[in-house]
Amino acid sequence: MLAKIAGVAFLALVGASGVAEAREQIRIVGSSTVFPFATTVAERFGRKTRFKTPVVESTGTGGGLKLFCAGVGERYPDIANASRRIKQSEFETCKNNGVTVVEVKIGFDGIVLANAKSGPDLALTMRQIFQALAKQVPVAGKLVDNPYKQWRDIDPSLPAIKIEVLGPPPTSGTRDAFVELAMEGGAKTFEMLRALSKTDKAAFTKIAHTIREDNAFIPAGENENLLVKKLQGNPDAVGIFGFSFLDNNGDVIKGARVDGVAPTFENIAAGDYGVSRSLFFYVKKEHVGVIPGIADYIAEFTSEQAWDEEGYLSEKGLIPLSAEDRKSVAAGARSLAPLVLVSEQGP
Amino acid sequence: MSKWAAPTGVSLADCAQARLRGRYRAERRFRYCGIAAICLALGMLGVLFATILAQGLPVLTQTQIGLDVAFAPGILDPDGTGEAETLARADYRKLARNALRTVIPEASGRRDKRALAKMLSIGAEEELRDAVLADPTLVGQTKRIWLTAGADFDALNKGTIARTGAESDRRLSDKQIAWFDALDANGQVRRAFNSRFFTAGDSREPELAGVLGAVVGTLYALAITLLLAFPLGVMAAVYLEEFAPKNRWTGIVEVNINNLAAVPSIVFGLLGLAVFLNFFGLPRSAPLVGGMVLALMTLPTIIIAARASLKAVPPSIREAALGIGASPMQTVTHHVLPLAMPGILTGTIIGMARALGETAPLLMIGMVAFIADIPSRVTDPASVLPVQVFLWADAPERAFAERTAAAILVLLTVLVAMNLSAVILRKKFERRW
Repeated sequence: MLAKIAGVAFLALVGASGVAEAREQIRIVGSSTVFPFATTVAERFGRKTRFKTPVVESTGTGGGLKLFCAGVGERYPDIANASRRIKQSEFETCKNNGVTVVEVKIGFDGIVLANAKSGPDLALTMRQIFQALAKQVPVAGKLVDNPYKQWRDIDPSLPAIKIEVLGPPPTSGTRDAFVELAMEGGAKTFEMLRALSKTDKAAFTKIAHTIREDNAFIPAGENENLLVKKLQGNPDAVGIFGFSFLDNNGDVIKGARVDGVAPTFENIAAGDYGVSRSLFFYVKKEHVGVIPGIADYIAEFTSEQAWDEEGYLSEKGLIPLSAEDRKSVAAGARSLAPLVLVSEQGP
Repeated sequence: MSKWAAPTGVSLADCAQARLRGRYRAERRFRYCGIAAICLALGMLGVLFATILAQGLPVLTQTQIGLDVAFAPGILDPDGTGEAETLARADYRKLARNALRTVIPEASGRRDKRALAKMLSIGAEEELRDAVLADPTLVGQTKRIWLTAGADFDALNKGTIARTGAESDRRLSDKQIAWFDALDANGQVRRAFNSRFFTAGDSREPELAGVLGAVVGTLYALAITLLLAFPLGVMAAVYLEEFAPKNRWTGIVEVNINNLAAVPSIVFGLLGLAVFLNFFGLPRSAPLVGGMVLALMTLPTIIIAARASLKAVPPSIREAALGIGASPMQTVTHHVLPLAMPGILTGTIIGMARALGETAPLLMIGMVAFIADIPSRVTDPASVLPVQVFLWADAPERAFAERTAAAILVLLTVLVAMNLSAVILRKKFERRW
């Protein structure tokens, strides 16, 4: 009896809701780094226009592009956020599934090394970062397991404290970018590794990308707020995270200079700070005009009041493109020019 | 026997007394250990609660700034039509900024104006619009309206962000703090009950974010879970316990149900993704699918609890019913099931409480997402409370930390209410034999 009532009630609930009706809101997936910016735009867009607020999922860049490229139709997301450029392989998948990709570059994100306010001021070079964190480093012309215990062991100008770096786990896009920019950049300052990168790219990548596993580097989970707390509790530790967390917590942590450049908004925007990456979102052209509001969402994201130096996204920590780039990207995005990916192997 | 022999010179009674005292001491030590364990557990719980409360309670109030807003007809309704449509689309941002600039005229320059504008939340525009729409006679008047302050100024008022230290490291400049203090001294700053936290959906601006969307999503998902898992679970348990023959097949089924109860919840999420979303094509992020996944997860718990309470009904009840001519089905539905119901309900609520705290299976079906609109149907996108906690804990804005704690408090309240109802149901209907 009870079961019967419950069954009827369930059917009524589902029936009344109409499962098979067209999607009314934009669906966005992808990078957790772009998530705060995409949600900010989505919310303003929802408040400003007659469209529903888009649903934004934080799936990570790779996971997002996988969902995005899976096909055309309302079951698949309309937009994918990415904290790196789409890969050739992902682009091929998209193409094979009939997806035309429109790329929109939205700005930059700096990756900062920061420590507690009470800790020492750090001024590092990429070379020193590589020496502190790589599993194998060149010492006197030979690759050996990383012998450095204290920062001072690397360079006498650095403080005599234990190397203890808290960073994102391997699944994180921040980690990928850090390894590619800072570690590779540091590795290339060694003549022997530079030579290797020309002759055997794979071997070089392995050396440059492998982080030491002897507790000097501690994978600290994806929650960057927790990382900030840990740094406050341990002034000797250094953390690696996205610029927006430094921007929001400037009163408790401070960023290390890298190659003599401080991680400030201006320096990253000007391209002076070395460890920064571009952020993107990708639009499925087939869905524009089918799912309501996509063109307006693109227009909102690429409007000056959103993404210029004083726009509301910069208050959330997005580092804007130059005025010129903004103009050309906005024009390309609004005309929905499809992305042409010539080849991943760049210069 | 020699073990019990008294040493020479000591009477047997003394020896027994000494041993008795030893046993009493051991007994007391054992009890103290138990009490210490409980005190430790309670102490930890107390610390946890105290920190969450201390962090979460400031959310109950929200800083507001009282401004004498001039509802200029030139901005609101230039043509003097008085239509609601025109009023709804007027530039309320300008209205709010003008009001701010009248109190703080020294903010000139583009930079200063921007710094000043941060004093009000972006929600202030909507508050002004709502005020005008509710009372169109405001047009042309000047009236003091209390508007929601920006998150940084709210934190400043509550004392959770720094006022001192190098200016470049702070969220607010000396100028902004001076402006705010001037307003405060003028009686134009107050802290009011933050009803928005309970009536709004998620937002990217901490001062506008609320839990209602997540609470509604949770209720929808749990309703679906209950509607699916409870009847299925009880029917399965009744059949297995009362009707099924005891053979190898029922043995295998039984073992598998026990195994299912121990399967990590993310596996159910993957199953939901493969079956409900990809095969049946149900919508992503919907509480309908969330409820179905959670029902799969809760089902084994309910079956096990239901079987245990069916087993606890004495056989004499069944024999008596069968003896006076009831059919086996009548025996079960009229006698055994009603008597087992309190136990089944308790088990169900415990299973539901576990489902309430789950985020992992929901990740796979897209419920871990930023969803600002409050769901009105089970197929609308929605998040649930634990997901909301997870998302806010990850947000870079400092003011989300206190919202995280407050959302945890809401979650705990729902949880306590559910467990309390389990206890009450059990006390009310429990029968002892």
